[in-house]
Amino acid sequence: MARRYDSSTTTFSPEGRLHQVEYAIEAINNAGTSVGILAKDGVVMASEKKVTSGLLAPARTSEKTYKLCPHATCTVAGLTADANILIDQARLRAGRYAYQYQEPIPIENLVEHVCNYKQAYTQYGGLRPFGVAFLFAGYDIHHGFQLYQSDPSGNYSGWKATVIGANNQAGKSLLKTEYGSSSSSGDEMKTDEDPAKEEIEMPTTAEALRLAVKVLNKTMDGAAASPEKLELFAMTLDEDGNCVHKILNAKEVEAVIAEVESETATAGDT
Amino acid sequence: MDTVFGVSYKGGVVIATDQVNARSILMYQQNLDKIAELSSHSAMGVSGPNCDLVNFSEYISKNLALYELSNDGMKLSTHAQANFCRGELAKALRKGPFQVNVILGGYDENVPNGGSLYIMDYLGSCHKVNYGAQGYASNFTLSIMDRDWEEGMNEEQAVKIVEHCIRELNMRFLLNQSNFIIKVVDKDGVRTVKADSDPSDN
Repeated sequence: MARRYDSSTTTFSPEGRLHQVEYAIEAINNAGTSVGILAKDGVVMASEKKVTSGLLAPARTSEKTYKLCPHATCTVAGLTADANILIDQARLRAGRYAYQYQEPIPIENLVEHVCNYKQAYTQYGGLRPFGVAFLFAGYDIHHGFQLYQSDPSGNYSGWKATVIGANNQAGKSLLKTEYGSSSSSGDEMKTDEDPAKEEIEMPTTAEALRLAVKVLNKTMDGAAASPEKLELFAMTLDEDGNCVHKILNAKEVEAVIAEVESETATAGDT
Repeated sequence: MDTVFGVSYKGGVVIATDQVNARSILMYQQNLDKIAELSSHSAMGVSGPNCDLVNFSEYISKNLALYELSNDGMKLSTHAQANFCRGELAKALRKGPFQVNVILGGYDENVPNGGSLYIMDYLGSCHKVNYGAQGYASNFTLSIMDRDWEEGMNEEQAVKIVEHCIRELNMRFLLNQSNFIIKVVDKDGVRTVKADSDPSDN
């Protein structure tokens, strides 16, 4: 039934669906997972690198993490070639805004611009949508640190923690239980507090990195986590209030993986 | 021939302009308001032919309003507004210039003295200043402001400087500009401190 209405992006199906857009969203479910977590003092994003081969030339650019402007970075899940176009758009937009207003672009403004660009491919021109989902991490003085997710439809939303790519549902359910409960007290007995009044306590960047690796461990289906397969990114502010974009090096990634391993190993011990 | 000048102080800015609208030998009106209110906490004194004065100030203020509507109420800082304004002057320069010179002033909470003042001309130059003047008036008023302006003044002192400048113009400037309008921008927004002739009086 969908066959007749699914070849053209610019055609609704009788049920009111845009099949091409939905298929594009499906394409991302085969892509390398990416998890983003908002912390008290920053944002972290951890990604699974799908393309690992000893024969690959040492990367100067990442396949997952891209800096958009001094105060925003994104990770990609989906068709890298499609992503490159959109990343160019985002960088242009951020630069033009800075030229026009001599101020850094508010993060939501940047995200919305990229999404509007994506949306056009679901409505005009008869071109296929972009097969990319993004996690945007950024900082501005209006709303502090922020995390946004966007998909091929051009829809976006702000998150405290979220996952895109393969096995994202498993990752999201893990985040639901673990985000906000401080990692050390995860096993303690809850007191008689009213569950509805439980406050979500934001993690620190270090805790968020560990939680992100935990999520990737789950979504990567038991494959051993290693610096070759993982890319860890953290955004924080330095003492002067400038954004620091850090992609962790192999040793630092090893350290986080080791911490997570010892945490899970001792979990349940009294 | 318009008189446009402004003074910043600790907590805001004061902008003053004359109220004459004239061309050649004809006086159209003596109660024109040449200080456009751009946003809740910024205003711009504009000099130039009335057509460009009105067109440019409405263009800028409506685009700033559009920004707030499109961005969930987020306000542009005075610095951003001034640079936007300068960019529009620069764009138009090599197409069809806006023949206006402006003094834009605004209040921002996170700026050290609260108020900030920017002077721009029709060529697209833009500078942040403690005080400034456009046109012939600058010949008379800049030396007064050079002498009287101090860091950390309050509103009353700033308005006194403005009134000093107006007295000097009335005494020494060839053109008779008897009516002035003075507006203040501070944490409470934009308000008219004095309008010698009511702009809404038709």
